[in-house]
Amino acid sequence: MIAGMWMRSTMAYRASFVMTTFGNFAATSFDFVAIMLMFSRVRALGGYSLPEVAFLYGLSAMAFGLADLAIGSMDRLGRRVRDGTLDTLLVRPVPVLAQVAADRFALRRLGRVVQGSLVLGWSLTGVDIAWTPLKLLLMPVMVLSGFAIFSAVFVAGAAFQFVAQDASEVQNAFTYGGTTLLQYPPTVFAKELVRGVTFVLPLAFVNWLPATYVLGRPYPLDLPEWVAFTPPLVAAGCCALAGLAWRAGLRSYRSTGS
Amino acid sequence: MGAGRLYVAVAAGGFRRYATYRAATAAGVFTNTVFGLILVYTYRALWDAKPHLGGYDEAQVVTYVWLGQAFLSTLAIGGGGVEDELMDRIRTGDVAIDLYRPADLQLWWLAADLGRACFQLLGRGVVPFVFGALCFPVCLPTDAGTWLAFLVAVLLAMVVGFGIRYLVALSAFWLLDGTGVGQMMWLAGYFCSGMLLPLNVFPGALGEVVRALPWSSLLQRPADVLLGHADPVRTYLFQGAWAVVLLGLGRVMQSAATRRVVVQGG
Repeated sequence: MIAGMWMRSTMAYRASFVMTTFGNFAATSFDFVAIMLMFSRVRALGGYSLPEVAFLYGLSAMAFGLADLAIGSMDRLGRRVRDGTLDTLLVRPVPVLAQVAADRFALRRLGRVVQGSLVLGWSLTGVDIAWTPLKLLLMPVMVLSGFAIFSAVFVAGAAFQFVAQDASEVQNAFTYGGTTLLQYPPTVFAKELVRGVTFVLPLAFVNWLPATYVLGRPYPLDLPEWVAFTPPLVAAGCCALAGLAWRAGLRSYRSTGS
Repeated sequence: MGAGRLYVAVAAGGFRRYATYRAATAAGVFTNTVFGLILVYTYRALWDAKPHLGGYDEAQVVTYVWLGQAFLSTLAIGGGGVEDELMDRIRTGDVAIDLYRPADLQLWWLAADLGRACFQLLGRGVVPFVFGALCFPVCLPTDAGTWLAFLVAVLLAMVVGFGIRYLVALSAFWLLDGTGVGQMMWLAGYFCSGMLLPLNVFPGALGEVVRALPWSSLLQRPADVLLGHADPVRTYLFQGAWAVVLLGLGRVMQSAATRRVVVQGG
């Protein structure tokens, strides 16, 4: 209902809505335009061809786009903590997390999901995959697990804002930074960085690990093959941890009293 | 003379105002550093596959990446300059108060934005740049002259950047909600300033066009002055010409817009 309210309010400025939706689509497309510009000069990046990079890109963009659509408004929490308007959410008989997620719900974010799925669809026509039922099954599992992992990052970032208040940009490093990172092959990055996003902040499970299985590529960090099937487990773990962090953050909340 | 002092005070106010957001500044530094890291690795993969692309060697392109991260918030290439506030004031009607002030609207906001940009350069720009220079092989000039020439180009870039964003803000007089136009302009800024990829890597006619647009004044041209790729005087002429055109357009739009303002009593 809150989401519906925000949708109606953005429709009040219709020209602006059309422009921002298109803008969202175009903004997210620019990442891919950069990749295409790079491939206008070279034939492979980190040993990956353009369709293969597009495959990674599409999976990352879709998982992130869904999470951004569902709870991307989380970065507004810091402002609500600062100006005390979070109090109004606390007294309503609806879970605070649901309210914060629906806060300024922006349908224009659909642009990113659409763009990601278009790139993914295009990549599937160009990439050479020996399809098996297992690989087919892994595709939706991958997107859903990725959605859950990114959502967990958003929630954890919001929980952090109870403490940091006006440091919402740190969250961008992990969310927008994370999805940008995953849009390139793991072979491009330094080993320590790949290790970090595998074992510390498990973003590699969004696409790198399952996608290398689908593409039949060697795994980063010489990991065993079965890790390609662990994203749902990792996603569940991430959500549990993010949930704990959110509760701890909410309990520590002291109103500004102004 | 008195007027000059006023605008210096406005600029100093802009500087101080942004300096109070310490946690936000630290968060910004962190984010710029993370994005810089990601870009450095992808660019290095590209330059590994094709050395000397666009006339840059690997150290030069790494320097370029960190310059981009330093300039992102300084020149508000992704938005976040004073134009957001000006647009808000136009929508709410507070801009009427600004028009009563014994100061010029455009110069007032230019001064405020320059103050903001100077703070962002020192607060948010220097740290990621130093981090990048310490962790990766970079290409920096050793003579003070080149650094000085670079700083002049940065100052001109600030004026051009403001010129573009002032036009965006004034569009709110006609559209009320300027978010859409703002987003379009920032997209253009991202693409055409060289934040996405150095403009000298853009292929063919596309490259020629983006290099002639005002946005190339923001990142590409100051970077080329620092990297010894461009002649400072020709760079200044290019940036200066765009600054004059954009600020002039701003003047025209401003006088057209202020005629529309109706002050409502209450």
